[in-house]
Amino acid sequence: MRLLLKNGRVVDPVNRLDGERDVLVADGVVALVGHDLPADGARVVEVPRGTVVVPGLVDMHVHLREPGQEHKETIATGTAAAVAGGFTAVACMPNTVPVNDQASVTEFILQRAAEAGLARVYPIGAVSRGSKGEHLAEIGELKLAGCVAVSDDGHPVATALLMRRALEYAGMFDMPVIDHCEDPSLKGDGVAHEGFNAARLGLRGIPGQAEEIMVERDVTLAGMTGAAVHVAHLSSRGSLRAVRDGKARGIRVTCEVTPHHFTLTDDALEGYDTNVKMNPPLREALDVEALVEGLADGSVDVIATDHAPHHHDEKHVEFDHAPFGIVGLETAVSLTFDRLVHRGTVGIARMVELLSTNPARILRIPGGHLSPGAVADITILAPDLTVRVDAARLRSRSKNTPFGGWTLRGGVAATIVGGRMLYTNPDVPGIEALRA
Amino acid sequence: MTGQTGTGLRGRHLLGIADLAAEEITLVLDTAEAMKEVAARPIKKVPTLRGKTIVNLFYEPSTRTRTSFEIAEKRLSADTLNIAVSTSSVVKGETLADTVMNLEAMAPDMIVMRHASSGACHLLARICRARVINAGDGMHEHPTQALLDAFTIREHKGRLAGLKVAIVGDLLHSRVFRSNLLLLHKMGAEVWVSAPPTLQPPGLDRLGARVTSSVDEAVRDADVVMLLRIQLERMQGNFFPSLREYFTVFGMTPERFSLAKPDAILMHPGPMNRGVEISSDVADGSRSVILEQVANGVAVRMAVLYLLAGGSADEA
Repeated sequence: MRLLLKNGRVVDPVNRLDGERDVLVADGVVALVGHDLPADGARVVEVPRGTVVVPGLVDMHVHLREPGQEHKETIATGTAAAVAGGFTAVACMPNTVPVNDQASVTEFILQRAAEAGLARVYPIGAVSRGSKGEHLAEIGELKLAGCVAVSDDGHPVATALLMRRALEYAGMFDMPVIDHCEDPSLKGDGVAHEGFNAARLGLRGIPGQAEEIMVERDVTLAGMTGAAVHVAHLSSRGSLRAVRDGKARGIRVTCEVTPHHFTLTDDALEGYDTNVKMNPPLREALDVEALVEGLADGSVDVIATDHAPHHHDEKHVEFDHAPFGIVGLETAVSLTFDRLVHRGTVGIARMVELLSTNPARILRIPGGHLSPGAVADITILAPDLTVRVDAARLRSRSKNTPFGGWTLRGGVAATIVGGRMLYTNPDVPGIEALRA
Repeated sequence: MTGQTGTGLRGRHLLGIADLAAEEITLVLDTAEAMKEVAARPIKKVPTLRGKTIVNLFYEPSTRTRTSFEIAEKRLSADTLNIAVSTSSVVKGETLADTVMNLEAMAPDMIVMRHASSGACHLLARICRARVINAGDGMHEHPTQALLDAFTIREHKGRLAGLKVAIVGDLLHSRVFRSNLLLLHKMGAEVWVSAPPTLQPPGLDRLGARVTSSVDEAVRDADVVMLLRIQLERMQGNFFPSLREYFTVFGMTPERFSLAKPDAILMHPGPMNRGVEISSDVADGSRSVILEQVANGVAVRMAVLYLLAGGSADEA
């Protein structure tokens, strides 16, 4: 099947492209990008004015909850949320039940993803068996089964020695180790950022230093081993400083920031809405400013959602008792446009780097660019679309978002995976023609 | 009554001092004066809340606060129901929301709740129709305690504005402290606080406190010295080396208390740890108003119940 997208504004930082082009898709891959391409039997569709054609977005940090917690999310509902959010690929964390620490779990996830037939799913295996921080998981087998990285996300890699071993061993397979950086003793039983707001509201605090100490440790160990470490959901200005310093020293360290961490501060704790309880916690304005600066200047590599679905009943409890985390797949693009692009912090090319090129490069997976021969994973963005977030209408099985009722500028027009049109947004005029 | 032309409280609930304006605090204190007269009568009962149902929902053990609320409710002729955690469905795994929905089905007018989690009463207020009174939530607030403390101070000093109040003890974990700091700051008192740095929450200065690790500096020339309980279970958290050392560095001894003004009063929300935060000489001394605080608690809680039920100070 051939499809010719005519006269769209195409933005692809890998190919240094930002201008009106045609994109020809054939047999699931990008055949050509250029001016006035001949149809050659392809179905020809005019790209709606005001939209932008970019390489498919990749979310390298999601929780799909299957196997084990299907009441929160399944691979089918999670990948439906992904394509509605503009993501053509997601990498799912291993803290399922059971933990994805062996090939059979990885194979199950890939099988379910194939059955769903929506966004591509790249499993992330556990660093340690059961993510317990004691013994290395069978990382080689996980790689062979299809895992693209290892992480004990939900927990930090417990000891410096285990982290060293993980970096050395996973490095052999060219897999990054993704760390949830948090010193458990400093975090204690904290539920919110340690600062003025937590003090005022009587919430037990988690200081930024709980994260920073582990980021410093991981940067040091990455330098020692020469392997690649990726800092998940970086939230504090001190952590960013540590990553910057590491990069300046040539250490293979990368990091991601979530939309909620660059959008909200701990002021949102007022009222004790459990939908603002996340780990790492929402931090102070100075941290948010630093993250935004890092997103602009290249210190931050990736925007990832840390999509963490939780059932309503689990969040409808006292703040202390609620689980950490929010859903993010369907709000990430709108928050990035509204908070970063339309405020002039980043351009669309940089947005594409953060949401597509860099996560694909870090995970060494297909996509992230529109070069001829690349997978035809394409997202069409609608930068000026007015989006009102309606939690009840999210495709994710869980609705735990603090952004319900927010009106944001910018959204997703369509999502194409392997040349197949999987999502079109009915609110974007003219986009339905793509589906026809 | 004192001539205040109050029209009740603005909010439907009393979740914390943070939500009260200075005038509302004054309204509660003025109303409590009228309520205190009830306690002096031979028959300590008025029909004000007759026909109202009040649930005292205590998720944490409490003798003083629960009894004080219950007496206040009975003196106002309300029908009261006490639910303690040990006998509730919580031990069977029921959530707070479910418990409250069940209570709601029985149509209470007010729920007085004590809970170990900060903000639990905010959740309660969001899901129930009844008016909610926070009787202490986690490390957050204990507003009626702060109001009764303010009432006691005002009885002795005639005012709150311009007083130097020293608060010494576990500031980090204390809801009594947070409510008192907010209230005293709103009412124009100068609040000095002293605790080991390990027991100080961040941002105290932004909340209006003057912070010092020197108890002597905090207490010197104070009009009011307020002590906070050192919870013995905190010993496990390495907040300080030993109870003995705590008493040496922060304990209120007669010598330390003598640094305060000669007419200073000594307060403690109880229960006290004698020999830890306070010596018996000070606790039982002539300037201790600790038992007056307890007595005033009933009047202040009557005032809060009455005002939240829609009463105005003029009618009290």
